[in-house]
Amino acid sequence: MTKISATLFVAAGLLATAGCAKKRPAVLPPAPGQTVDPNAGIGTGTGTGTGTNGVVPGSRADFQQSVASDTINFGLDQYDIDATARQILDSQAQWLTRYPNVRVTIEGHADERGTREYNLALGDRRANAASSYLATRGISPSRITTISYGKERPLALGSDEAAWAQNRRAVTVVLQ
Amino acid sequence: MRKVTMALGAVLASLLAAPAAFAQVEVDIEGGISEPLPIAVPVMPTPQVASTPAGATDALGRQLAEIVATDLRNSGLFKPAGPAGLPAVAMAQVQAPDYAAWSGAQALVQGYVRAEANGTLTIGCYLYDTFGRTELTRQGFNVAPAEWRRAAHKCADAVYTRLSGEGAYFDSRIVYVSETGPKGNRIKRLAIMDQDGANHRFLTNGQSIVLTPRFAPNQQSIVYMSYANERPAIYILDEGSGRSRLLVQNASLTFAPRFSPDGRYVLFSMAQAGNTDIYRVPAGGGSPQRLTNAPGIDTGGSYSPDGSKIVFESDRSGSQQLYVMNADGSNQTRISFGGGRYATPVWSPRGDLIAFTRQGGGTFRIGIMSPSGGGEKLLSDAWGDEGPSWSPNGRVLTFFRSAQGSGRAQIWSVDLTGSNIRRIPTALDGSDPSWGPIRP
Repeated sequence: MTKISATLFVAAGLLATAGCAKKRPAVLPPAPGQTVDPNAGIGTGTGTGTGTNGVVPGSRADFQQSVASDTINFGLDQYDIDATARQILDSQAQWLTRYPNVRVTIEGHADERGTREYNLALGDRRANAASSYLATRGISPSRITTISYGKERPLALGSDEAAWAQNRRAVTVVLQ
Repeated sequence: MRKVTMALGAVLASLLAAPAAFAQVEVDIEGGISEPLPIAVPVMPTPQVASTPAGATDALGRQLAEIVATDLRNSGLFKPAGPAGLPAVAMAQVQAPDYAAWSGAQALVQGYVRAEANGTLTIGCYLYDTFGRTELTRQGFNVAPAEWRRAAHKCADAVYTRLSGEGAYFDSRIVYVSETGPKGNRIKRLAIMDQDGANHRFLTNGQSIVLTPRFAPNQQSIVYMSYANERPAIYILDEGSGRSRLLVQNASLTFAPRFSPDGRYVLFSMAQAGNTDIYRVPAGGGSPQRLTNAPGIDTGGSYSPDGSKIVFESDRSGSQQLYVMNADGSNQTRISFGGGRYATPVWSPRGDLIAFTRQGGGTFRIGIMSPSGGGEKLLSDAWGDEGPSWSPNGRVLTFFRSAQGSGRAQIWSVDLTGSNIRRIPTALDGSDPSWGPIRP
């Protein structure tokens, strides 16, 4: 494990100096309804709660099936974790406790009603609020990275209250 | 570009001092609704038609006049006639206009284009007062054929500055973010173009989201934000080599970069554990120096033209407002107190105004205020206007306008009086425009 981490670190360093190197879009939000791992069926399938239909334990698909949601939402210009969000993050913390080697990225997003740069900071606040909450539930911060997308990657495409509410979010993505 | 010293320089100086010429053709720039000045811009003749890499010199003479007329029209201060529909000008008339033929306009721009033996082009540019029957200014430019459009912009700048008293701005470029694709997954590329949309060129390939480019004062590099490697951070792109380098190593989220007026530093924002502050770092790299430390989001810093002060936005009061501080971070003072939220402040290159985005009532609008917060005025009125950037003379603002629903954004400009709001044409959608300095 130590060796793998070191290798990843070096690779990341090389990439960081490469400017606009190509990168997989793996940490972008999953499409709505995308909960089935294409590799499903390869694994052994164990009791992870709900999904036991051949999903690899500890995988992204397993996470999606096991937690209440991968996404929490926020009020306008807010970043506090409300009761609904706590419930969701608690379920994520339980799953992460079960798979202590799994690492996640939390993406923070904002709706289109803030200016671009402010929204980058706001997305960072939201991702960090979720990360901090998971830490209070015993998940080591070293397993969590955060990234803010500001208003660059809306989930709902309208310009109305319902769309904005969906877009103010923090999404937990299992790194594979 | 080499400016040619024209003959009769001494005569020009005396003409410029002639008071009669001033009174008749000066453009009124204080009022926002003044009548544009009628000005004739006929085709520029050529002493001998020659083929050049930029085209034949007679065709160039027409295109040059078209660019001059378009620049002047787009400023909102002029009502050009021509070159289409105007009488032809003989070479001999370029420096001795037939004033009687131009009495329909208050001013006349004439010129010529000549192919030189060394492969360059010489473009002469003359401005006349048709009522006073005097020459007001003349300039000559010797350019490589590839830069022929710049000679037209320089000519228009000479006319504009002579008649309005404002600084030049036509020979300048805009760097911006070219956008395409669906709202939920926009492809964003850095792009650069002349201020009139010509000579458009992409600087990045669209594989990573890029945001908020800004020119270095020397225009040789561009600072911007990129999601390369899914690590959102600030990069500096060298325009000559096309290479980008990471500005701040081993940092968390860094964004909102702006050069200092001397180009030695980059002001930027860094978010750490949900708190965002403003820092500066040497443009060549080095240790960031923290300038703000209030809890909350401090971002969008922009230097005053003399580099002594910084305007920025902060939500420390509970909502985004504008603050001014000294360049070392001391004496942070709030300057905006109106309703709603204020964001993206940019200090005018003339130093006298700060432009911003004001959010309220469900809309984003572009506004200006003095550096002490007085005289606030909103210049645009649409659903989503954001991110102003000043023209090099501090007279015009460019910004981007997003459409409700589709989210599609386009580049616009507006005079600081709030008049002459117009779209700057781009092939694809565009956002985050940054207007560069006047070119040397």
